[in-house]
Amino acid sequence: MFEVIFLQLLNGLDKGSAYALIALGLTLVFGTLGVVNFAHGALFMLGAFCAVAFRRLLTLETVTLDPTRLSPWGQPLEVRAPVVQAWFGDFGAVLVNYSVPISLLLAIPVMLIIGVAMERGLIKHFYKRPHAEQILVTFGLAIVLAEIVKATFGPNPIPQPMPTDLRGAADIGAFFGMQANVITYPLWRLIYFVFSLLIIGAVFAFLQFTTFGMVVRAGMADRETVGLLGIDIDRRFTIMFGIAAVVAGMAGVMYTPLLPPNYTLGMDFLVISFVVVVVGGMGSLPGAVAAGFLLGILQSFASMTQVKAIVPGIDQIIIYLVAVVILLLRPRGLLGRRGMMEA
Amino acid sequence: MTTFMSRRDLILFFGFAAVVLLLPILAQPFGAAYPDLLQRFMIFGIFAIGFNILFGLTGYLSFGHAAFFGVGSYAAMWSFKLLSTNALPAIIFAVVIAGVFALAIGFVSLRRSGIYFSILTLAFAQMSYNLAYSVLTPITNGETGLRMAIADPRVLDRLFFEAPVAQPVPSLFGFSLSGWNGFFFSAIFLLATFFLAMRITNSPFGMMLKGIKSNQNRMNYTGFNTRPYTLTAFVISGMLAGLAGALLVVTDPLAGAERMRWTASGEVVLMTILGGVGTLVGPVLGAWIIKYFENIFSSFNDNILSAFFSFLPEGAREIAVTVSSKFVGDGWHLTLGLVFVLIVVFLPGGIMEGVRRIAARFSKADRDGTARERRLAPKAAE
Repeated sequence: MFEVIFLQLLNGLDKGSAYALIALGLTLVFGTLGVVNFAHGALFMLGAFCAVAFRRLLTLETVTLDPTRLSPWGQPLEVRAPVVQAWFGDFGAVLVNYSVPISLLLAIPVMLIIGVAMERGLIKHFYKRPHAEQILVTFGLAIVLAEIVKATFGPNPIPQPMPTDLRGAADIGAFFGMQANVITYPLWRLIYFVFSLLIIGAVFAFLQFTTFGMVVRAGMADRETVGLLGIDIDRRFTIMFGIAAVVAGMAGVMYTPLLPPNYTLGMDFLVISFVVVVVGGMGSLPGAVAAGFLLGILQSFASMTQVKAIVPGIDQIIIYLVAVVILLLRPRGLLGRRGMMEA
Repeated sequence: MTTFMSRRDLILFFGFAAVVLLLPILAQPFGAAYPDLLQRFMIFGIFAIGFNILFGLTGYLSFGHAAFFGVGSYAAMWSFKLLSTNALPAIIFAVVIAGVFALAIGFVSLRRSGIYFSILTLAFAQMSYNLAYSVLTPITNGETGLRMAIADPRVLDRLFFEAPVAQPVPSLFGFSLSGWNGFFFSAIFLLATFFLAMRITNSPFGMMLKGIKSNQNRMNYTGFNTRPYTLTAFVISGMLAGLAGALLVVTDPLAGAERMRWTASGEVVLMTILGGVGTLVGPVLGAWIIKYFENIFSSFNDNILSAFFSFLPEGAREIAVTVSSKFVGDGWHLTLGLVFVLIVVFLPGGIMEGVRRIAARFSKADRDGTARERRLAPKAAE
């Protein structure tokens, strides 16, 4: 029994990590700029497609017709040579193999630019507008981004292989001193979990231990006073928006081997992430992270066959059910500040 | 105040009725004059008007209205299967079920406002959608969708008639509801809905809702309990969504869960915003425009485009076709999203505000502002 519970706990972690990362970004944006960003899921999706685009670049091939050899149909044989391997040899093959983690290097600057452009170009004009209009404009933006991706990459999911060395499963049970091969866990999911912890830690450390982070936190608490002290808080908040976009994008990149991305990915995660933010408490960073993991784990427990036998269909609705209960009983969420969006 | 309807309202209503009933002729120059599309105009017009009664009057932004639409569809279909192929009981049944559903969801969701309300309604709609696809398959028939079958019980029909041998279709006391009949049938409901919305907007109840929108706290402090009013608006709006869902099943007898998806909820929000929130005609206009583009725009292909750009020289034509083909056909959602963003940024009041601005520019009398003020303000008691 203990093994079963432990395994479900692990199973919830990777989804929970993704929820936590997206919710963290959403909360950063809401806490700094006060904007309800329905396009945040689209940023997650854009990150995932950075990985797709990067792999496409790496696997570009030159196709030459070899007239000396014939295919079984009597046509000249096509010889395909991956450009990267032609240039770099074995190193090129390693590059292709590790394309997903390496595409993080592409995703970070791209997402930063997209994020800053989005904030300066569109969201800036919506600070003073009501929340309903912020929701509407970012919702429209999310549609536009999704459709652009659909027009570029097509409507079907594009599977991204994980590096061959990382394909196996880790024997977690043995690590904790249990019997060998009782609890195994796919290695990539473990990596994703550790990766998300690192990112979350980095964001918190950045906010907690740097001067920039201190100013941002002060701005979150009282924007006007910080502005009166002669600090250009708007510029810093813009950068925070960029960072939130980078976090979402990196979460998307690393998630591609677990779930082949297609253009609806962003919207699918967004709805749940909003629920996560609300459960954690609007504007609370630790709340968002905690609620992300909590809901991921809850979802994994709800999809156990034993649980489903008692309450059929619970795995489909558990997250929303939790959100409804939390909103009704404790509207500021688990760790939300008193009075924050309470109504 | 004591008269049944002011003269202005009468003119508005009869003007609207004339436009709706003459649509088969008026839509001809746009290539939209076929019953299937015009029926959708009517149905989504009802849906948008219903949504606007909630969002436009009270300011509560529901992101889960498609749930009521879907519930209406399923309820109507079950009435066709169990009771009769007659459309009237199906519609009544659908409206009642959607109303009960809305009462339950509204009772819970309206305990919160603002973005929390949006998320609660979204959560309920997603729950309905997920359940419709999974455990509720016996009721909803899952991904295949629910349709009528010869072997259905249809208790009322079998009491009075012989069991049919052909695939049953919805009808109205023996009249077929396909083609133009279906359009006029839906048009009557649209007119009735429009009339209802008009009466609500001008009633003391409507004034109360607008008061809630502009300042709910003040309403509470003056001693009103606002909850019953918002709940009533929510239920009315849910029932109208159910009516629209039922009408869609009447014209196209297949009920599927994808109608409850949150993208469908988003679509009705789009329609209302595009037309103009809080106006009477706006939501209908928005629904028509979106449905028109969905049908006409999405059927465009490269051939039509290159014919359209045939006046351009060869190279430029190809570029024009490649660029514009991204926005039509499968990509029409891209156009929709762009238009939506532009509308929210530049014209938050939607098309109706645009019309008003243009009208104000042309009429000198409005320059001083007082007349314009009167027109912009929600109509007070006459």
